[in-house]
Amino acid sequence: MERSDEKVKVVGTWSSQFVMRARIALNIKSVSYEFHQERLWEGKSELLLRSNPAQKKVPVLIHGGKPICESFNIVEYVDEVWSSAPSILPSDPKERATARFLAAYLDEKWFPSMRTVGYPQGEDARKAAIAQLEKGLVLLEEAFVNYSKGKSFFGGDQIGYLDIAFGSYLGWLRVAEKMSEIKLLSEAKTPRLLQWADSFSSHAAVKDVMPDTEKLADFGVRAKILKATATPKL
Amino acid sequence: MAEEVKLLGMWAISYNRRVERALKLKGIPYEYIEEDLSNKSNLLLQLNPVHKKILVLVHNGKPIVGSLVILEYIDETWKTNPLLPQDPYERAIARFWAKFIDEKIQPTARSANLAEGEEREKAVEECCEQLKMLENELKGKSFFGGDAIGYLDIAALVIAFWFEVVRDVVGLDLVTEKRFPSLCRWIGKLQDVDVVNQCRPPKEKHVNYIRAGYEATKAAASN
Repeated sequence: MERSDEKVKVVGTWSSQFVMRARIALNIKSVSYEFHQERLWEGKSELLLRSNPAQKKVPVLIHGGKPICESFNIVEYVDEVWSSAPSILPSDPKERATARFLAAYLDEKWFPSMRTVGYPQGEDARKAAIAQLEKGLVLLEEAFVNYSKGKSFFGGDQIGYLDIAFGSYLGWLRVAEKMSEIKLLSEAKTPRLLQWADSFSSHAAVKDVMPDTEKLADFGVRAKILKATATPKL
Repeated sequence: MAEEVKLLGMWAISYNRRVERALKLKGIPYEYIEEDLSNKSNLLLQLNPVHKKILVLVHNGKPIVGSLVILEYIDETWKTNPLLPQDPYERAIARFWAKFIDEKIQPTARSANLAEGEEREKAVEECCEQLKMLENELKGKSFFGGDAIGYLDIAALVIAFWFEVVRDVVGLDLVTEKRFPSLCRWIGKLQDVDVVNQCRPPKEKHVNYIRAGYEATKAAASN
């Protein structure tokens, strides 16, 4: 059997931006998969613990029985296995390097500030977090102008790696905007990103996996995810 | 076009050595520029204005930042002696463990080294659990890359030598023969690999540097 014909399963949750990345990648490649939704408040499933014993986190892609963990790993794996379908990563090594670097920056430096904005602990912390987020958004607006070359996505005509990396955060970004009553994406400061956010959210590969803002905000309150200092697990 | 490769780095940083080993494995000539951590050069700030990180690879004037990102860039640009496996699943595994080393093993080891008493015991236990997973990854192979060193060996070398240097400073021996026979065997085999040895900083200089760093951290923590 061809590798690309083997059965695909995704272990994840509807709320996780990391899980979203895996699902968008599979959708771009038109790969059918079984989605195993973790029961959010009931502890981790046997399947999850067995397939990701090192971190016990979602998402896990299980392909032909073999588990692949970490959202960006999964995206790259999907891109490499289903290589004839639209490419997710850019073909130029320098652009790939920048995309990977920016994606890591989003997870490591940028998103933690989002948590503070959405569920702040003190006004000073909130202001510092907003500044950090806006700094990142300026970077991303610039990156968008450079990479899109006038088209709709970071990937050009198609959704690419950076679209997935940043787009998966739109749910939480909208929650942060709602909770803090500020506009992070705006016509004044990030006109291209504002437009892109709509195009991305309504894309066929994305719309069914983009969480509803209200639902996510409630989830955030219940899980106190944005308050926690640890990386979100679910 | 003539290739121009520069590496802006700092001798004591283990990520520095990752990149140098990759460049040497591929036989890529490069110019090494030593950066002063306390006084970052204009060149560095110009190339890496947002993040100002010390380690930058400059290829024909274009900067690439982040040691693991740089390793992948090197592998994609110069095809001799591939660093990453060809198979997508094996690649995903290698990438996962490299990230695990940076995000889990290293920080936990650092905590273990800096902590005392019960806190240290807890951190040691956690670090050993993480190292055990890496030990299992070796699965009787000579190297993570199989018969020759590859991407994950280069990323994991920090465990081989930085850990050893820190043990000399702090007295905490994490990677023992008893706990991790496969990892110790791997470290032994690494000693015979040219590019590994060519990039090791002088032991005493390294020990002194790490010791100064730990002492400064401890002093700051107790103030």
